[in-house]
Amino acid sequence: MKTNDNSADLVLRNGRVIDPARGLDAVVDVLVENGIIAEMSAKIELGPEKSPQFEQIDASGKWIVPGLIDMHVHLREPGEEYKETICSGTQAAVAGGFTSVACMPNTHPVNDCAAVTQYILDKARDEGSCRVFPVGAISKGLEGKIISEYGELRAAGVVSVSDDGRPVMNSLLMRRALEYAKTFDLLVISHCEDLDLSCAGLMNEGPVSTRLGMRGIPRAAEEIMVARDILLAELTGGRLHLAHISTAGSVALIREAKKRGIPVSAETAPHYFTLNEELVSTFDPVYKVNPPLRRPEDIEAIKAGLGDGTIDVIASDHAPHSAVEKELEFEYAANGIIGLESSLPLILRLIREGVLTPLEAVAKVSRNPARILAIPFGTLGKGMAADLTLIDPEVKYSIDVNRFKSKSRNCPFAGIEVQGKAVMTLVGGRVVFSAS
Amino acid sequence: MHRLNSYAMNKPARGSLLSIEQLEDKEILGLLKLARRMNPLKARPLLRNKRIMLLFYEASTRTRSSFEIAAKSMGAITTLVESSGSSIEKGESLLDTAYTLRAVGADAIVIRHPAAGAPHLMAKHLDIPVINAGDGMHEHPSQALLDMLTILDNRSRLDGLNVVIVGDIFHSRVARSNIWGLTKMGATVVVCGPATLIPPNIDAMGVQVSNHLEQCIPDADVIMVLRLQKERQHQMLLPSLREYATLYGINSERLKQAKKDVLIMHPGPMNRGVEISPEVADGPYSVILDQVTNGVAVRMALLYLLAQR
Repeated sequence: MKTNDNSADLVLRNGRVIDPARGLDAVVDVLVENGIIAEMSAKIELGPEKSPQFEQIDASGKWIVPGLIDMHVHLREPGEEYKETICSGTQAAVAGGFTSVACMPNTHPVNDCAAVTQYILDKARDEGSCRVFPVGAISKGLEGKIISEYGELRAAGVVSVSDDGRPVMNSLLMRRALEYAKTFDLLVISHCEDLDLSCAGLMNEGPVSTRLGMRGIPRAAEEIMVARDILLAELTGGRLHLAHISTAGSVALIREAKKRGIPVSAETAPHYFTLNEELVSTFDPVYKVNPPLRRPEDIEAIKAGLGDGTIDVIASDHAPHSAVEKELEFEYAANGIIGLESSLPLILRLIREGVLTPLEAVAKVSRNPARILAIPFGTLGKGMAADLTLIDPEVKYSIDVNRFKSKSRNCPFAGIEVQGKAVMTLVGGRVVFSAS
Repeated sequence: MHRLNSYAMNKPARGSLLSIEQLEDKEILGLLKLARRMNPLKARPLLRNKRIMLLFYEASTRTRSSFEIAAKSMGAITTLVESSGSSIEKGESLLDTAYTLRAVGADAIVIRHPAAGAPHLMAKHLDIPVINAGDGMHEHPSQALLDMLTILDNRSRLDGLNVVIVGDIFHSRVARSNIWGLTKMGATVVVCGPATLIPPNIDAMGVQVSNHLEQCIPDADVIMVLRLQKERQHQMLLPSLREYATLYGINSERLKQAKKDVLIMHPGPMNRGVEISPEVADGPYSVILDQVTNGVAVRMALLYLLAQR
């Protein structure tokens, strides 16, 4: 994070504070001083000596929530800076209300050693707008052959390991990763896909893939690996997190695993509860993503899984690509959707649909990812870093990708009508984004 | 003309034909009637000085030559661009190739491409008509039209006919276009083959599914035999060509159970001895070469519509 300007001292008046970690949903004032939350109470009185130094912000009608956490993004740096950089990606994050992101290791070079981790952290410190938590590679070079040096990676600052973008096909390697990661209390994030079954597939397998003449990716390609990884978590006791869950069958498997007390958590992305496979009929690669958009019944199951807590986290899987990778034949286009600047309104939509309460919705992007990544954020306790997001829950607008801070435009939500947005984002008490 | 930097897409230009799925039964009938009137030897030069680009990313004999003959017999200038020997080989993108051909002065583009939806992508970015001459496993509209024309040459109507499509349905754009066309025209379509070559949920396209050829043959008015690509057995789809030929090959022994006036069709190129035996391919029920001949008339009809723009 940029440290060149000092954090502001300010008081947010009359906002609705929603802090799932403490079960708090009430209208209170929030006092931010020296980068930390100094006080939260119904009516904060500033003495005459303090008054001039504090900026007063009227937050009435707004929500004040813990700074949002997106635990699954691709910042593309180092290596693919034409798609995104740590600078542009974190600007997109704070514009979308996020104060912390976990970035995946499939950069060039891969984040499988301390030097790359350090590079990312240095860049984030110098050029970033929010906190950046690097995820290291499960296997060296993401090749699925040898596990990376988790000791070195942990010491350098990674919060988790993942081969995201690729599955760990070798079950023994996955077992060893879960075992070895325990020594360093590292979370293992799994991209669940049986590559033999998904076999050059382009979209969900079913009536639409058949009609379009596209190779399908069966839901079983994800579910087989979800089942395998659950069994390996049970076997090893390692901490497992399942990324971008997209199918009804996966939700059922995770629900069952949690009942049995297996240490597993799971995330889904807004596109998996918002968009279905019919959109691929346009042949527009903006809808090409892996795992693919599924069927309406999967969307319903994902929502049910969010509602009953089976799915702990909503993460964007922000995956920037340029026109070079996207203005192509669907078959040749890259997988990926950007989401940092469209996630929040789509999550808020779940509240209006009755899928989640405000406390539950906020938890999916604050307390829960913080707990899973074991980072000291995601709540608004007194004395904690003042990472917080001010949300206007009422404002209606259409998503305008041309105003995105991200370098890329591969957003399938362009032009859709939504309600609610981040209007101010604070990281460590510093205003890093303010909607003008 | 300009590059699109957003993902906003336009409608295809008038005269484009991207799929049979998009056509209504009346439009199909209109095209078939129009094709009936087309004769390459007596064509009027309706496309004089029009530049038709034949953009072929895949090998083709029938489709390419019949589009070319159709266009030339109507007075058009044709240029063939193939993936080998052009800038496509150098990695030029589809859209860059499209803009280049437009800049050269193309009035229409006929495209064959291995990826589903490639003609749609091109049509969304160009202001000239795009005709799909086969896109991946998706559609091959002119083939379905010439197949329906060939059936109509031998039957008074398509409505109520029983058409069995045999073989590798999964990989076949010919099957998909014919399924759309024939079901829209009221025919009953049965797709028959091993389960590994029948795509999932194809019944949602309004067809019946069978894995037993002998059960399909007696009721068939038309049997469309699809080409079986020999590499399929390496993709774990088939144990051997031998077993495929035994279970699903069309031969004269099998046809003893067929109706006396059954029509045998094949979009070509054939693997004689695999999906079809030589005596059936060359036999009395075969209308395979009539299909090829009708291909010219159908493509003239499609190009005629360009001249009407």
